[in-house]
Amino acid sequence: MDAMPPRRFDLLAWARTQLFSGPLNIALTLLGLWLLWLTVPPLIDWALLKAQFVGSSREDCGGEGACWVFVRVHLPQFLYGFYPEEQRWRVNLGVLLLALFALPLAWRRLRENVWVWVGLLVVYPLLAWWLFHGGLGLPEVETSRWGGLFLTLVVAGASMSAALPLGILLALGRRSSLPAVKAVCTVFIEFWRGVPHITVLFMASVMLPLFLPAGVDLDKLLRALIGVAVFAGAYMAEVIRGGLQGVPAGQLEAAKALGLSYWQQMRLVVLPQALRLVIPGIVNVFIALFKDTSLVLIIGLFDLLGMVQAAVTNPQWLGYAVEGYVFAALVFWLFCYGMSVLSRRLERRLNVGRHVPEDLA
Amino acid sequence: MAKRCAFSLALLTLLGSSVAVAGPTLDAVKQRGYLKCGVSQGLAGFSTPNQQGEWTGLDVDYCRALAAAVFGDAGKVRFTPLSAKERFTALQSGEVDILSRNTTWTASRDTELGFDFVGVSFYDGQGFMVRKDLGVKSARELDGATICANAGTTTELNIADYFRTHGMKYRPVVFEKSDETVAAYDAGRCDVYTTDRSGLYAQRVKLKNPDAHVILPEVISKEPLGPLVRQGDPQWFDIAKWTLYVLIGAEELGLTSANVEQQRKSSQNPEVRRLLGAEGSFGQALGLPADWALQVVRQVGNYGEIFQRNLGGLPLNIERGQNALWTQGGLMYAPPFR
Repeated sequence: MDAMPPRRFDLLAWARTQLFSGPLNIALTLLGLWLLWLTVPPLIDWALLKAQFVGSSREDCGGEGACWVFVRVHLPQFLYGFYPEEQRWRVNLGVLLLALFALPLAWRRLRENVWVWVGLLVVYPLLAWWLFHGGLGLPEVETSRWGGLFLTLVVAGASMSAALPLGILLALGRRSSLPAVKAVCTVFIEFWRGVPHITVLFMASVMLPLFLPAGVDLDKLLRALIGVAVFAGAYMAEVIRGGLQGVPAGQLEAAKALGLSYWQQMRLVVLPQALRLVIPGIVNVFIALFKDTSLVLIIGLFDLLGMVQAAVTNPQWLGYAVEGYVFAALVFWLFCYGMSVLSRRLERRLNVGRHVPEDLA
Repeated sequence: MAKRCAFSLALLTLLGSSVAVAGPTLDAVKQRGYLKCGVSQGLAGFSTPNQQGEWTGLDVDYCRALAAAVFGDAGKVRFTPLSAKERFTALQSGEVDILSRNTTWTASRDTELGFDFVGVSFYDGQGFMVRKDLGVKSARELDGATICANAGTTTELNIADYFRTHGMKYRPVVFEKSDETVAAYDAGRCDVYTTDRSGLYAQRVKLKNPDAHVILPEVISKEPLGPLVRQGDPQWFDIAKWTLYVLIGAEELGLTSANVEQQRKSSQNPEVRRLLGAEGSFGQALGLPADWALQVVRQVGNYGEIFQRNLGGLPLNIERGQNALWTQGGLMYAPPFR
């Protein structure tokens, strides 16, 4: 254990030891302060003090500051894409439902209930698909009209929930003692890890229809989702395999000695320990996946960034690209940082950082 | 057996698809109930979503006109935004029925790629923008100028050719991205900014003081932009081609979205009567209803209206120039309707 931090915070003492402890550190501190002075005040000036927040057209802007009116005016587009205005309540309801379905996870007791997970991973996606896409009483909104943050979340959410199970299966398969299973999984993982993400999306979007028989029309979004999920699944598999290798061999031997079947060994003994070990790696893949959703622009689907880029070319609003990109960056950062905070809480709860006791090592 | 059949079917489709998707496009479009149109992912004045999230622009309006021709309803079209890399494959694979995405008509694209260019919807070409206070009136006065351009494009090669032919010197300043190029020009790092003229007008709006800059009259390269279709379906090619000519012809004949309905009833001009289906069998020959041209003009307007709506008006303020009618010194010309 490190030394206990001082109970009362002494700014002067802290600054002396941390910032001004020697000639080099003094120089570095001053340089840092100078750089901050150079960049931060103009940034605040631009983004807040001189910025324009109210108005409805380009004429309201024109000062030196940022024109947030551009973002405000286009906000519905950035959030919903081309989703018809009078149907947007369906998207809102879908998000609300997700929160409802995820609510039971807040209680530890319910977290282990199978039905909670069935609801979240099986019932909710079907319900959401019906709600978002329509049919059976609701007017149809074809997926080409989905867009903005909504599409980003759909692509990210669906691919994440598919990539994790796929990754687990592939990782187990790659460590399997059955040669055929092992070979298939290895080839699968190495193939998808070996091709660039853009290529996968491009193949799914443009080349796949060439191979499908005439008349078979797989939805473009669905093709993209499968592409992203399979790609992320391959990466996930290798992260999880790292976790599997980190579980001491004695654990598996003990499980075998208890007479557990293969799936029982994995489900009850190996996987809980392996997954706990690689939470940072899993979240890493998730965050990368979330940001990679922007690549769907390549195949003509407009996620948040795509919507911003399209709005920037609106002749009425030419020249406000910076505001749009700053907004997109902020939203992406919020989501990625949110995931990161969640994962840290999860780690703390599962006590990952603890030392493995002697008798287990 | 069924499996094998499906496999050979897939193989056949694969082989066939490089020529044309099975069956005439018009039937497929009619059966589907809407037109699939490939547009750009965002180009000011040509295809861009407006504040309401509807696609607008010259390329977009052409597709609306085509939908009006086929269905009598300009709304029956779905836009597929395509990247420059994806556009040809998307048309090839049948992902879109028509590509209306500021694509330059070149010999190799027309012949080698298996497409047919329908015509020219916009005559673009490389031009120059300079600050007004330089007092330059023509590109011939640019000897010794510093020129901002995008790296690795034909733009660079075109300036080199132009200045060599006219025995002038220049100093190029090149950038990777057009936003950087414009910023450098705006900051005064160079005297001249060059790119395609449609782009010049769009970039001018982004400058600190757009009115202080002027676009020179010279056009030093040919960039005819137009829609294209897959080769091997003459009927669809004709429909696409004549939809474009109807837009241009309507402007020649003075037909606008406001007066076309009334002109059909009252006009004594035989060409107007043939065009609008009051006489003859113009629509029938194409497999379209008799009033198809009327619907096109009524719902979308003529070429002049489309141009004014998307490019000519504020904020882009693009001059008609080469895109004026042939009767007004431009290149827009429709064959006679008879």
